[in-house]
Amino acid sequence: MATDTTAQSGPLLSVKGLVKQFPGCLANDHVDLTVGRHEIHALLGENGAGKSTLVKMIYGVMKPDEGEIVFEGKPVVIQNPAQARRLGIGMVFQHFSLFEALTVAENIALGLNNPEDRKDLQGRIAAISQSYGLPLDPGASVHDLSVGERQRIEIVRCLLQKPRLLIMDEPTSVLTPQEVERLFTVLRRLAAEGCSILYISHKLKEIRELCSKATIMRLGRVVAHCAPAEKTAKELAELMIGADLKTSGHSRELNQGEEARLVVERLTVRSPHPFGTDLKDISLSVRRGEILGIAGIAGNGQTELMDALSGEVPAGKPETIMLDGAPIGHFGPRERRKIGGCFVPEERNGHGAVTTMSLAENGFLSAHIRASLTRSGFIDAVRTQAFARGVIERFDVRTTGPRAEARSLSGGNLQKFLVGREVEQNPGVLVINQPTWGVDAGAAVAIYDAIAQLAEAGAAVVVISQDLDEIMQLCDRISVLAGGRLSPAVPASEATVETIGMLMGGTGMPATPVQNEGASAVV
Amino acid sequence: MFKIEPRGYASRFWSIGSPILALALTVLVTGAIFKSMGRPAGLSVYTFMVEPLLARNGLSALAIKAAPLIMIGVGLALCYRANVWNIGAEGQFTLGAISGGGLALALPDAPFVAIYPAILVAGVLGGMAWAAISAWLRTSFNANEILTSLMLTYVAQLVLIYLVTGPWRDPMGFGFPQTAMFSDAATTPIIAPGTRIHLGCLAAVLVAIAMWLLLSKSVLGFQLRVVGQAPRAARFAGFNKPRLIWVAMLISGGLAGLAGIFEVSGPVGQLTTSISPGYGFTGVIVAFLGRLHPIGAIFGGLLLALSYLGGNSAQIDLGMPNAVTGIFQGILLFFLLGCDILILYRIKRVRPLPSISGAGA
Repeated sequence: MATDTTAQSGPLLSVKGLVKQFPGCLANDHVDLTVGRHEIHALLGENGAGKSTLVKMIYGVMKPDEGEIVFEGKPVVIQNPAQARRLGIGMVFQHFSLFEALTVAENIALGLNNPEDRKDLQGRIAAISQSYGLPLDPGASVHDLSVGERQRIEIVRCLLQKPRLLIMDEPTSVLTPQEVERLFTVLRRLAAEGCSILYISHKLKEIRELCSKATIMRLGRVVAHCAPAEKTAKELAELMIGADLKTSGHSRELNQGEEARLVVERLTVRSPHPFGTDLKDISLSVRRGEILGIAGIAGNGQTELMDALSGEVPAGKPETIMLDGAPIGHFGPRERRKIGGCFVPEERNGHGAVTTMSLAENGFLSAHIRASLTRSGFIDAVRTQAFARGVIERFDVRTTGPRAEARSLSGGNLQKFLVGREVEQNPGVLVINQPTWGVDAGAAVAIYDAIAQLAEAGAAVVVISQDLDEIMQLCDRISVLAGGRLSPAVPASEATVETIGMLMGGTGMPATPVQNEGASAVV
Repeated sequence: MFKIEPRGYASRFWSIGSPILALALTVLVTGAIFKSMGRPAGLSVYTFMVEPLLARNGLSALAIKAAPLIMIGVGLALCYRANVWNIGAEGQFTLGAISGGGLALALPDAPFVAIYPAILVAGVLGGMAWAAISAWLRTSFNANEILTSLMLTYVAQLVLIYLVTGPWRDPMGFGFPQTAMFSDAATTPIIAPGTRIHLGCLAAVLVAIAMWLLLSKSVLGFQLRVVGQAPRAARFAGFNKPRLIWVAMLISGGLAGLAGIFEVSGPVGQLTTSISPGYGFTGVIVAFLGRLHPIGAIFGGLLLALSYLGGNSAQIDLGMPNAVTGIFQGILLFFLLGCDILILYRIKRVRPLPSISGAGA
């Protein structure tokens, strides 16, 4: 009888004292979490705080070393995701697990537990997607769909199982602002109908808007349970990073000249990857002292544009890219650096840095030409160490010193080092792709300051980012990259989240579901 | 129950400890094999591994065998660090011997100062030329260098057999498949009087030191290491990958060719069909045993040289087949690759998981 009452009125999910040890890292240290019924519960924390580990244990992907999971009043041992789904737990991962070559219905069928569910599947998909306002064509091939549509597949796949708890891992990082709004509507309705939602994010604004309760994690521990609406975004951020949040106190002096330092004229590049995005007719121009933001959802040509600007993939005719008046389209990265181009790629590990090499060697990697770190064909060890030490000190990189291996640094610290490595070379043009991807809030502020100061000193800066807030905060003019095409730049003062969001959807028009599908078929 | 779990970092202890453990395991297993063949295990291992060093001229013999192994191993270590997998050092060794030896045979009357440096250069160029074929196929057609360099080894051996049984055969040689002896001027000088230690032994050590400096201190060596460890980072830095593949192949091929010409102009003194007891392949083990480090290759070369000498002793004193050398080398490589897992992984004893459910847990 007592159990019955708990099952009806107690919390839906209660996690007590969960511990997960990884080699060299205690990922979850006695974590408690309670999710009530009808609740949209935020799980908030920086990268590496242990959020993903926690939900993977709840979804049966990993087994806890210690602790207890109670679901609907009963202690459970969740062996695998199939069992989690049988219990009524669904999860939408940040990185989708979809087969590009299969249709929507086929992909959904693959993720269901029971083969008999496949009867009338098309009809049930249509019914669910209709009733929740998640338009999906069951017969469409996945590779034709936008990222937002792909996420709908994952959500519909979960809803088909009538979950009691839906876990969503950073769902909005791939969506346009309009799509975010639609997603929130769906989530609120689900909660009202009795499906609780565990919502993982580090975006404070969203959490304050959407979630009624929040659990905040830091370094594997729960540091607070609170109601996010009662806290300011700043308070939440400080709980999350465990220190006072220094906001970028830097107000940039606009010191822009007329002359364009970087000009790209009708750049067209075929992507070397089978599911990559071809760049079509891209033109842009960045003046001295200016920061140009390139917004857009990942996978719309960002990697290809970065490769073309850095010279990793030559851009055809020399005049396609001009740096300080010099045609450089045919140059490789070394020649571009010589005349003042510096670059920070998106991926740190194995692209921007060699993880198994020391910071000194990683400094040498891209800076040896401009910072003169060589002496007659040999590495000038003294200057190379000094260069790395300079970057570490000026950019407050937390490490043991220039001899530390790159992989021993946290993501944020390594990113500070990599941005610092380029800024220290005093570039005429800096191109930086996803400057704060996977970076903690403190490091992000330091990176913004470095970029702003560089522009103030007269450099032209291009920031490619899918974080719209970051672009709006940092940049003077904003373009949007969608489907490999770049929209004309608009001044940041005239841009609104709505207009930029529409451009991100790829049409330049309000992305209503039907139009959106038509557009993606054309692209 | 044991479980292998990633350390999350490379253990420095085991990157040195692994070859030592592998050697210990190899000695144990080799002893067991000797025993199963009816020889006393302890004595056999002693005969195989210690006695050759105590014999008269033992150290001199060791140095002579080690010299080509070190030169080849150093080149391969550099090549493998760049993630270029030259398996055909045996063929490049053979071509080095053929080109240098051919020059020595063509100019039997030339003086030492002219002919000796010339045959060394010809040897290096011969090895490089053979490696260049694989480099070209890789950079132009993306043909796997493991396959092309390995297959070219057999081509090289057939070329050698053709030459020493055909056009280059010694007319005074009673029909044996061999060339005339090289002139004194084209013979590698002995550097330690009273022994057979020749210039090539010194050259091997110098080569190892030079390649260590190249790899660790020079910009070119840095580029080779980056392209091997993180090809995308190399592209980001603007390092030219095809050029680096060429460099790695040419250096390793050239050093194998140099080893080849030292061998035929020194201990062998002529071209025959059997100028190498598989030095090029053993060089692969030398490189790995030396942790792909040029200085490490010196130690690797000495140990593998001992396995050749040990094979001889086992043959003479114990009546064992000469194949024990190959068996020893194979077991050593097997255990080495096996033990290397300890660098990135640890072996952990797992207890049954405590039950998470129920009040009793």
